[in-house]
Amino acid sequence: MNINATLIGQAISFIIFVWFCMQYVWPPIMTALEERKKKIAEGLAAAERGRHEQELAQQRARDVIQKAKEEAGAILVQAQKRASEIVEESKETARTEGERIITAATAEIEQEVHRAKESLRAQVAALAVAGAGRVINRELDSQAHDELLQDLIARI
Amino acid sequence: MASDTLTSGDYIKHHLQNMTFGQHADGSWGLAHSAAEAKEMGFWAFHLDSLGWSIALGVLFLWFFRRVAKSATAGVPSGVQNFAEWVMEFIDDSVRGSFTAKNNMVAPMAMTIFIWVFLMNFMDLVAVDFLPQVAAAIGSGVFDADPHHVYFKVVATTDPNITFGMALSVFVLMLYYSVKMKGLGGFLSELAFQPFGKWGLPVNLLLEGVTLISKPISLALRLFGNMYAGEMIFILIAIMYGAGWLLGSFAGVLQLGWAIFHILIITLQAFIFMTLTIVYMEMAHQEHH
Repeated sequence: MNINATLIGQAISFIIFVWFCMQYVWPPIMTALEERKKKIAEGLAAAERGRHEQELAQQRARDVIQKAKEEAGAILVQAQKRASEIVEESKETARTEGERIITAATAEIEQEVHRAKESLRAQVAALAVAGAGRVINRELDSQAHDELLQDLIARI
Repeated sequence: MASDTLTSGDYIKHHLQNMTFGQHADGSWGLAHSAAEAKEMGFWAFHLDSLGWSIALGVLFLWFFRRVAKSATAGVPSGVQNFAEWVMEFIDDSVRGSFTAKNNMVAPMAMTIFIWVFLMNFMDLVAVDFLPQVAAAIGSGVFDADPHHVYFKVVATTDPNITFGMALSVFVLMLYYSVKMKGLGGFLSELAFQPFGKWGLPVNLLLEGVTLISKPISLALRLFGNMYAGEMIFILIAIMYGAGWLLGSFAGVLQLGWAIFHILIITLQAFIFMTLTIVYMEMAHQEHH
């Protein structure tokens, strides 16, 4: 158990081993450890970000659906309104058309009546002339009595 | 095992003698053939067994971790890398826990100390006679030496040279960083003017000097003492094997128990050596008030 130069040998090997460990062993493994720690942290952050983004996307999807529903509702209301408008318009058109047809028919009827009246009047005039000729038994000078006849016709 | 030609005392002495290489009294260099011869060699002699095991285990440690370091990836670690990372994170946590200054050398030094000391201590768990017997067989077979004069101590940390070698290196680093961090004046004034101010200078010097010197000594002696005592108990248990089958089987139970308990001790001693080193380095970096 005597103290001797073994001490110096051990001290030198100690220094060399520490130096070697410090130079070639500790840094690479520690770097790997740190890198892995960073990677894991990044992964967790990315997962967190992903979750957040998913939430946002869901929110957005909900918003879009909500908006679409609202729009659909609005379109439906508008369509119904338009439909009733079209119906109203058609009704109006039909009514005016009917009235127009009625008016035309009335006018035509009146014309017919008038025409009938005219022909009737002409016939009446002829009849009246013939009748009067017979009554007075002589032939009337149509020219001489034309004024009278015209007055008669107008009065009928 | 206590052989017929050896008494228990001889057996113990034989086990506690290092394989010493140095200069003989007649001026030639060679291995010491007895404890007395080893003593005569004086300071310039080497314990080949302690140094050999210490360096071999240190190289084993560095080889293993260098291999891991070369293929270290930030991806999913393999089994070996997992183990290395587990050990290193444990050490790194210990360093972060007690060392607050910035010094890239402290953590690798703590790691070297912890694993190297652990490996050297671990040799204590190899049966006390196994490697010495192998060495004796090789010594007598290959080198034609007297097997009783082949000394071979396996546990390097039971050699105070080894523990003092490390403790003194730590001490030198401690002094170096003390001076580097606080300046020579700062370091000396810490020794001279604390804790009692400048009027208590002699007392301060005495107290702080003792505190300073006691650091490497306690560091080295704690490890040496624990391992030496543990080794001694293994040797005493081994002697019992030669005392009949009843005591022999009792010794087997004792050895098993002591070995299991010793697993705790070798780890604990390595851990204490590392932690104290970290704490001393921290003290060297910090001005204490």
